[in-house]
Amino acid sequence: MLQLAGKRLVQMALIMLTVSLLLFLAFEADKYSLAGKVLGQYSTEDQRLLWLEQNGYNAPFVQRYFTWVFNAARGDFGESVQFATPVSKLLKDHLLNTAVLGGLVFTITVSIALVLGVLSGIAEGSPRDRGITVLAVITTSIPEFASATILVAIFVFWLDILPGTSPFSNGLTWADANQLVLPVMVLVIYNFGYYTRMTRASMAEVMTSQYVRTAILKGLPYKRVILRHGLRNALIAPFTVMILQLNYLLSGVIVTEVFFSYKGFGKLLYEAALFGDIFVIEACAMVAVFIAVFSQFVSDIGYTLLNPRIRFS
Amino acid sequence: MTDTTAEQSNTPDTAKGLARFLAAFGLLRESWVGMIGLFLVSFWVLVAIFVDLLPLQDPLAQTRGAINLAMLTEDKTGVMHWMGTDDRGRDLLARLLHGSRVVLFWSTLATIVAYSVGMIMGVTAGYRGGWWDEIISFIGNVLLSFPQIVLLLVILTAFGPNSNVGIWMNTALGLDKTIVSGALIIVAITFSTAPQVARIVRGIVLDLKTRDYIAAAEVRGEGPLWIMLVELLPNARGPLIVDACLRLGYVIITIALLGFLSLGLPPPDPDWGKMISDGRQWGYNGLNMMLWPALAISSLVLGLNLLADGLREISLRD
Amino acid sequence: MAAPDMNTPVLECNNVSISYYTRAGEIPAVVDFNLKVMPGEAVGIVGESGCGKSTVALAVMQYMGKNGAIVGGEIKFMGRDMRTMSEEELRDIRGSRISMVYQEPMASLNPSMLIREQLNEVLIYHEGISDEEASKRSIEMLDAVRLPDPERVMDSFPHQISGGQQQRVVIAMALLSKPQLLLLDEPTTALDVTVEAGVVELIKDISKRFGTSMIYISHNLGLILETCDKIAVMYSGEAVEFGTVNQVFDEMRHPYTRGLFNSIPLPGADRYSRPLVPIRGQLPLPHERPTGCNFGPRCDHFKDGVCNVEALHMQDVAGQKGQQVRCERYLSIDWEAAKPKAVAGDGVNYGKTVLQVKNMQKYYEVHDRSLKALISGKASRFVKANEKLDFEAREAETVAIVGESGCGKSTFAKVMLGLETATGGEVILNGQEIGQISVHKRTPQMVGSMQMIFQNPFETLNPSHTVGSQISRVLRMFGVAKSKEDALEKTYKLLDMVKLPRDFAQRRPRQLSGGQKQRVGIARAFAGEAQVVVADEPVSALDVSVQAAVTGLLTDIQRERRTTMLFISHDLSVVRYLADRVVVMYLGQIMEQGNTDDIYSPPYHPYTEALLSAVPIADTSITKKHIVLEGELPSPMNPPSGCPFQTRCPRKIGSICETDLPEVKDLGNGHKIMCHLSEEDLRAMEPVIAMPSDKKKSAASKSPGRVKAALAAASIAAIPGTAPKPAAQDKPVKKAVAKKPAAKKSAAKKPAAKKPAARKAGPERLKKARGKADDLKLISGVGPKLEQTLNKLGFWHFDQIASWRKADIAIVDDELSFKGRIERDDWVKQAKALARK
Ligand SMILES: Nc1ncnc2c1ncn2[C@@H]1O[C@H](COP(=O)(O)OP(=O)(O)OP(=O)(O)O)[C@@H](O)[C@H]1O
Ligand code: SF4
Ligand code: SF4
Ligand SMILES: [Mg+2]
Repeated sequence: MLQLAGKRLVQMALIMLTVSLLLFLAFEADKYSLAGKVLGQYSTEDQRLLWLEQNGYNAPFVQRYFTWVFNAARGDFGESVQFATPVSKLLKDHLLNTAVLGGLVFTITVSIALVLGVLSGIAEGSPRDRGITVLAVITTSIPEFASATILVAIFVFWLDILPGTSPFSNGLTWADANQLVLPVMVLVIYNFGYYTRMTRASMAEVMTSQYVRTAILKGLPYKRVILRHGLRNALIAPFTVMILQLNYLLSGVIVTEVFFSYKGFGKLLYEAALFGDIFVIEACAMVAVFIAVFSQFVSDIGYTLLNPRIRFS
Repeated sequence: MTDTTAEQSNTPDTAKGLARFLAAFGLLRESWVGMIGLFLVSFWVLVAIFVDLLPLQDPLAQTRGAINLAMLTEDKTGVMHWMGTDDRGRDLLARLLHGSRVVLFWSTLATIVAYSVGMIMGVTAGYRGGWWDEIISFIGNVLLSFPQIVLLLVILTAFGPNSNVGIWMNTALGLDKTIVSGALIIVAITFSTAPQVARIVRGIVLDLKTRDYIAAAEVRGEGPLWIMLVELLPNARGPLIVDACLRLGYVIITIALLGFLSLGLPPPDPDWGKMISDGRQWGYNGLNMMLWPALAISSLVLGLNLLADGLREISLRD
Repeated sequence: MAAPDMNTPVLECNNVSISYYTRAGEIPAVVDFNLKVMPGEAVGIVGESGCGKSTVALAVMQYMGKNGAIVGGEIKFMGRDMRTMSEEELRDIRGSRISMVYQEPMASLNPSMLIREQLNEVLIYHEGISDEEASKRSIEMLDAVRLPDPERVMDSFPHQISGGQQQRVVIAMALLSKPQLLLLDEPTTALDVTVEAGVVELIKDISKRFGTSMIYISHNLGLILETCDKIAVMYSGEAVEFGTVNQVFDEMRHPYTRGLFNSIPLPGADRYSRPLVPIRGQLPLPHERPTGCNFGPRCDHFKDGVCNVEALHMQDVAGQKGQQVRCERYLSIDWEAAKPKAVAGDGVNYGKTVLQVKNMQKYYEVHDRSLKALISGKASRFVKANEKLDFEAREAETVAIVGESGCGKSTFAKVMLGLETATGGEVILNGQEIGQISVHKRTPQMVGSMQMIFQNPFETLNPSHTVGSQISRVLRMFGVAKSKEDALEKTYKLLDMVKLPRDFAQRRPRQLSGGQKQRVGIARAFAGEAQVVVADEPVSALDVSVQAAVTGLLTDIQRERRTTMLFISHDLSVVRYLADRVVVMYLGQIMEQGNTDDIYSPPYHPYTEALLSAVPIADTSITKKHIVLEGELPSPMNPPSGCPFQTRCPRKIGSICETDLPEVKDLGNGHKIMCHLSEEDLRAMEPVIAMPSDKKKSAASKSPGRVKAALAAASIAAIPGTAPKPAAQDKPVKKAVAKKPAAKKSAAKKPAAKKPAARKAGPERLKKARGKADDLKLISGVGPKLEQTLNKLGFWHFDQIASWRKADIAIVDDELSFKGRIERDDWVKQAKALARK
């Protein structure tokens, strides 16, 4: 177990390192263009050279890379060109907002998906199952920006009961909580379908397994068969996949944040990308990759813990 | 090798293959979900192919004074705009239908490229194993550890039309801006999609390669290329066709999304994603501009997903 | 329910019909099925795959799944119609009064629950007792199914115990609340032969000990004979014959039953004395059954206008009480003539030596990536998949390689074919070393001259390509065919050779039956004009009735083309039919090799002896020794020291087996045995299988019933806990190397006077230990098995052994049939020392 965790951690570090190298190569290999991006289009050649000199960009590439990695590991990603504030501070505020949105969405999505998935999986082929499956297919077909459009049309322009943007100008307060409703709805709608189908497939497979048949033919009450023999095994796979999917959820969050002007991590990254705010892009990408890799780690460990076949072998 | 391949699939066989393929679609009739999907997809495909023959306005023509018209209104010149017009006075219906061609063209191309790369990666990793597997899986893991949009944003900002690379392609190679963006989008989608395809293919191959017919091929001294392409891949086609349908749906969403984020194909060609983001700036007045493309994307993707579902259902039966 | 009335059947199926509903419509899986099971009776259901055996079992459980239904007839349990029972009542019955054991033990246990919980819940829900009490009962039951260390098993997850142990757990689970009826659906099919023998032994014991009625489902007639009193033979959804085991085995009155018996190999016979006669054609699909008799299209006695008029019914066989058949013409068939006749043997004259394997070794390196291993520097170990293989094969000769799973058969095949290269030694084909050359480096001729036939018909052909293209590909690769037309022509010839119609060339594998696919596989293997063909269990996955046809075809082609065949198998009875020489492997090493006749008659290697005795025999006239090996197959990753067979060997001499790898003894005529037993001891062995032609067994063959009883007696004797009653000590109770069935006879052979005399001389033997028994395993050379044996002989304490005299040692040696007097003296010395402590 510890060994597996150790192994995974090493893998994680390796991936992070590779990613950092790729990012560095992509954005900072050409230092002259970097200087141009940082100082703006209208800076003179001399200004750029001076800037490079002052910021240690004339050092060899390898040295620059390691300095950068070292600083990044400490949380120092430099200063945002666009906002002229340290990137780390920007990140902190925005990440918090994203965590609130993401956390809410994840909790709600998982709850809905588990209930629907199990309900449909234990009665494979029934009208209920078909209904849930079709619903799941339909909702996963509507991308976030499309469903946002439709929901805004309904709740903002037609019913006029919700705000159409979520800027949270006064910070995250209860008073403004209704600004969260639409972003959460959009994300839940797009994501619950996939989770539901995962759960359903897993549950359906377990229900046709021989050991569930054994449990039934042992004369156990239906409830015991489902809860003790079925669910326990059926939830292993969805659990892992749901955590792995955090990665994809993050993608959706970025779109939704942009759509609703929600001041989160995604909006930060997007605006940095449009502006060419290199240091912010680098920082955001590193953070996103870290989240993804870490969730993979959690999912691997969780899978091992949940699955006695792997735990004791 | 060429002549032996011909031997494997001599002419009557190809005809039979086609017949079988059609028969498979015939089977779809038994899955109403699949039929709805097939209908939706065929609708958009037909529109994309024959859009030039339809009696539509010029999608690029801007009508003065006919900005943000609501649906079913006539402009001053007496032209009917069934879906209304956009913020530049262009006919929405025309743009929407012409947009299907743009969307389907680029997404299909991107999917084919990403799929080919992914299949090669997956088959090699799965069949070759060892270091091949370690390296390919590592590359895949690195790429998959980026949330997809982050990867797209990074690639498109680092190498986009305004970057050194983009400008070089534009000036030195003399490539059209649309083609530069399109190529870049395809590359970006390949980077984010191929590893997923590779993962699936690798899984299937790992399962298939323990079959005796693979051992039989090895025992008669077939080379790895033959085994991968002739013995393994054809048997993976069932799940891969289903997956390709789903994948195409995702790619369509991604391309539209890039348009929505203004990172997609350059204007003025109609692009559903871009249409939504254009409409968004107009608040209530832009609703008309946003809703139609939103519905269009959803219906096309829904069609593909339902089709995939139907195909999966019938493939599980036998 | 009231105490079981001995006259009410436990189960009664009357005209039961069962259907599955699929898209293609209704599939009548079982039609008009009748069965009566009396208390304590064991009824076997035998039939080929898909004939509806499992469906019957599930119908008895009233569990038909989503798309199945009982569409007619009634199923009565203890006199009550089960169809009228509510869900609640059914749940009460399932698992407590009727329980079931399934084919795949691993799949039928919940992978994420402790065995403790899975066992206890049966009692908790059916009897409402507390968890502790349930645990106690579960442990008792695990003990009763002879699982070593029940406590440890209780706290394990299913994957932590071996397949044989899992099946015992499933059996224990089924027996926990003392059911009246136990359904066993192919309970040993997934197990290795020697492990199977142990489970079968247990099953036989169950009905006697618990009075449980059983329905035993199997496709193996031999197993039914060993376990059951009555038998129903099913064909294509119908029972075609029913009767007592002796009636059906000896006086069968249905052509299908006759055909079945004619097509299975019997260990007592070979291809000349009793050639295999296949049943022609193949099983009809459920929705393509003919009118009238389902067996009609394959029956040699078919008569138009009689057999194909209307659905047939079971009818009582005249003069045979209780026997029934579903055949219109059974009275007009000459049953004697239907038996296979002996043919004159045409001795094969072998040619030159084609293949020589000299000291071939194949080690796999396994990497242990655990931290501990990395630190201690033992990160990689070697698994000796093949160790010092040494044998030869001549032109036109069939060499069988026999062994259980994990013995290295497949590794050997891989080295032969160049998929792996040998770690050491040589493999010489036609004077050319090929063991070190991988297939990609071999010339096309080399590759073509060594080809393979695979085990699984469903995997042997690539489903994406036509049959023809797969054969012609081989022809082109090996340069046998020069052009496309030539390839097509030769493909047709090959199809002719394997007796398939030529238009199969255009078909896809999906459109072929299992036997047909296997024929294509044979055609493909011979396409390159192979000199050596490696056949890896080519028929074991086929239906019994087509096995014979495929085996016959294979050997015919091989002899005609004078090809050398390496036939890999776990089934000693098939091997006897087609092999000229046999190589017996265990854990990567050759235990014994020799001409077929030498292998099947003493002297045996102890492992061969056990294997032979483990093969179930479907012949009432044959008697055999029952040798039940204890323990499980050791993992090749972690083989025992000394003799590989040492952990399970019933004839183990003592510590020498644990420390030294035995020398290979040459007993002449190429018969080689690797064992520490002396040549005299080996030669003193008795045959495992006794034929009715042996004069001393003639009595037994006349009354097979008695033989069965004797068999049963012998088996009980081998069960600890049931046998060691004081009275039983007079009988020569041999642990493990149990008695031959004709117990009285062999007892009589022994000098009867010896025992009482010895008893006076030696220490007093005790029925039970005085207080706590000493741990006799502390004496070096005594393992757990020997300890049990000693206990059974009445020795529990060191001081008893310390006071052994010569006579005692003689008795112990005699009783155990273990030789090694010096060793025993050593025991006495050690016991003295230990007793003093
Ligand atoms: N769930 C099902 N749906 C449709 N047909 C089924 C189903 N289960 C079994 N059958 C069909 O019913 C027939 C009898 O099947 P069954 O499993 O009882 O055979 P069996 O004698 O137990 O075979 P085996 O030796 O392979 O276990 C077969 O033709 C099979 O294909
Ligand atoms: S009824 Fe006719 S076809 Fe059927 S088994 Fe009897 S003789 Fe053969
Ligand atoms: S007697 Fe000894 S050497 Fe011979 S098989 Fe048994 S354990 Fe091995
Ligand atoms: Mg069955």
